[in-house]
Amino acid sequence: MTVHTPIYLDYSATTPTDPRVAEKMIPFLTEHFGNPASRSHPFGWTAEKAVENAREEVAKLVNADPREIVWTSGATESNNLAIKGAANFYSGKGKHIVTIQTEHKAVLDAVRELERVGFEATYLAPESNGLVDIEKFRAALRPDTVLASVMLVNNEIGVIQDIESLGNICREQGIIFHVDAAQATGKVHIDLEKLPVDLMSFSAHKTYGPKGIGALYVRRKPRVRLEAQMHGGGHERGLRSGTLATHQIVGMGEAFRIAREEMDLENARIRRLRDRLLTGLQEIDEVYVNGDMKQRVPHNLNISFNFVEGESLIMAVKDIAVSSGSACTSASLEPSYVLRALGRSDELAHSSIRFSIGRFTTEEEVDYTINLMKSKIGKLRELSPLWEMHLEGVDLSKVEWAAH
Amino acid sequence: MQTATYFDHNGTTRLDSRVLERMLPFMTEQSGNATSRHSAGRTARQAIEQAREQVAAAVGAYPSQVVFTGSGTEADNLAMHGIAAANGVEQVLISAIEHPAISRPAHALQWQGIKTGLIAADANGLIQPSALEIAIAEAGKQVGLVSVMLANNETGVIQPISEMAEIARQHKAWMHTDAVQALGKIAVDFAELNVHAMTLSSHKIHGPQGAGALILDKRVDIRPLIYGGGQEKGLRSGSENLAALVGFGMAAELSASGLAPRREHMEKLRARLEQGLTELGAVIFGAHAPRLPNTSFFAFAGIEGETLVMALDRQGFAVASGSACSSDSTEPSHVLLAMGINPDLARGSVRVSLGYTNTMQEIDAFLLTLKGELQRLRKLTAIAV
Repeated sequence: MTVHTPIYLDYSATTPTDPRVAEKMIPFLTEHFGNPASRSHPFGWTAEKAVENAREEVAKLVNADPREIVWTSGATESNNLAIKGAANFYSGKGKHIVTIQTEHKAVLDAVRELERVGFEATYLAPESNGLVDIEKFRAALRPDTVLASVMLVNNEIGVIQDIESLGNICREQGIIFHVDAAQATGKVHIDLEKLPVDLMSFSAHKTYGPKGIGALYVRRKPRVRLEAQMHGGGHERGLRSGTLATHQIVGMGEAFRIAREEMDLENARIRRLRDRLLTGLQEIDEVYVNGDMKQRVPHNLNISFNFVEGESLIMAVKDIAVSSGSACTSASLEPSYVLRALGRSDELAHSSIRFSIGRFTTEEEVDYTINLMKSKIGKLRELSPLWEMHLEGVDLSKVEWAAH
Repeated sequence: MQTATYFDHNGTTRLDSRVLERMLPFMTEQSGNATSRHSAGRTARQAIEQAREQVAAAVGAYPSQVVFTGSGTEADNLAMHGIAAANGVEQVLISAIEHPAISRPAHALQWQGIKTGLIAADANGLIQPSALEIAIAEAGKQVGLVSVMLANNETGVIQPISEMAEIARQHKAWMHTDAVQALGKIAVDFAELNVHAMTLSSHKIHGPQGAGALILDKRVDIRPLIYGGGQEKGLRSGSENLAALVGFGMAAELSASGLAPRREHMEKLRARLEQGLTELGAVIFGAHAPRLPNTSFFAFAGIEGETLVMALDRQGFAVASGSACSSDSTEPSHVLLAMGINPDLARGSVRVSLGYTNTMQEIDAFLLTLKGELQRLRKLTAIAV
């Protein structure tokens, strides 16, 4: 089997739409094109029925009630609605928010916006493995804390937080608990009947669904309330106005149905590929895995290649589509803030690559990638004076560089 | 069931097959994240920038003035909340006939202590520039933001936006217009309208649902609604809805290039329709004002609008009573009430909104069916009374 380049190993940035999903969507772009809010004719009713079926599929994947699912345009909007909506609604109780330094920008920037309008925020540092220490989290909470937001699976390093323990602490103290699960659906089992979570954000396009659609889980029992961020026709029980994009909703429903039915088998296969990739890459000297390897989704491998300059590394591996840092910040040359929060040096953060494996990744592609990395890293290091010094036994951390 | 005649194009429109064709590759093999720097991401980025150019060209704007959103409602909310927050606006004025996507955010601004005033409509459904002058004079505070829709979704009445924009500018207020219903039906030119911000939607112009835009003069300070990865120059974070934006761009281009013949065709159909409606005794709302070529909003005295809409549906005609967003409520249309229409007559309102694919045969068949249904309903009413 031949390998076609570039090889896509960036499934955490976005996933290709599963052909089964696209097939389900197309009739809703053509013959069933109605506006689900149109109540006076069957074009509207057909669309509405499809929207409700999809809502059930999304609810089923996470064991929630369909009435707890609110459609949004994506996880970024879900995170904004959850964080700003809950903080503002409950601001009479207090104005302090706790989140983690390694959250997605959509969470961090929503919290920053709240700081601008008078809230206070604590950005808790994770441990060096990327996981949140439960006791440190407990200590960060204050009597005036109204909201805590912690992601289930990190987008850059794939680590899985102990949401159950964190949520229980929030429950005890009456704090609204939001979880960004954009990177988690189809990768870890989520049971919202058991998990002490009040709000949870979902995205379709990270789980083989279309872009432009997401959802927010809003707990009914005990009921969680939000201030809407978008006002208008009163869609989604007034929580999120705007004409529903039926075909995209149908796509998300189908994507989540497939995830529910196939995730166990799929994750076992992906884990084998990821472990094969890790074993192969570990044959290279001076590589460091970022993030805990046990509490981690099988799809993710984030590795720093020491003594290689980050930008030239990206240039050298053009045959594979991967990310350095998350897709949303890869246009900037700042080292990943996630890796820095783990205590990685700027150099190691800069020379990191996130390999994310998915539904259509093959063993041949993994082997090709291993060989490519071995040869490219070797070449880059041949050009690197730092590598030479390292081989000569110089401790680079102790070198005093002359200023020019 | 779905072979019914579709007369609800102000609700949503059927996707143009050329738009679908353009979208399909981006729904499947070319579905990279536009923010990624590898080739899949770059292909996505180029496609979005092309869509931005197409949308800009369709409305006489620069590509750099286009901020993509997830819907027209979101663009309206971005304009209202974003401009008010960034400029410390204390007083907002909106017309009395706005879509809820403007009136609800305006209402929400009141919770933040921002005053909202209404600009009155006349009996024809027109917002006269003099009404804006009056509203400004009567406003308790310095007006910072004015929003009046370019064409009303229910009556189709086209508002004198550029004149109002001039007045707003004289008073140093930002001027926004919701052009969602106008696009694809009449020429829409951002520069000529002289507004600072303008809302567009894809699914009203035979594009996909899930895409909209705010056309924005860069001199306007605005704060985002959605924060995160910093897409759309920080004004609208979130991975771009690639296929929908590509479709929106294509639909905008098609709507602008095919405008004249489409418009003429729809005007002919509507003239025939309204001639028939008048013969059957209908009151046509806004008929004496400049209107979109496709919209006819009417009522028959003594006939409940909901009842007539359902009866027409059973006969295979998809029409609306009031706007889709409020069609599950039985409140009379706020647009008609603002025009001073009697609430009983307003409860009888039915909206036919045509598309360029509708035919004269469909109009004739509709009128024939309507005549029969009216006779039947009037008999029933006579018995009931």
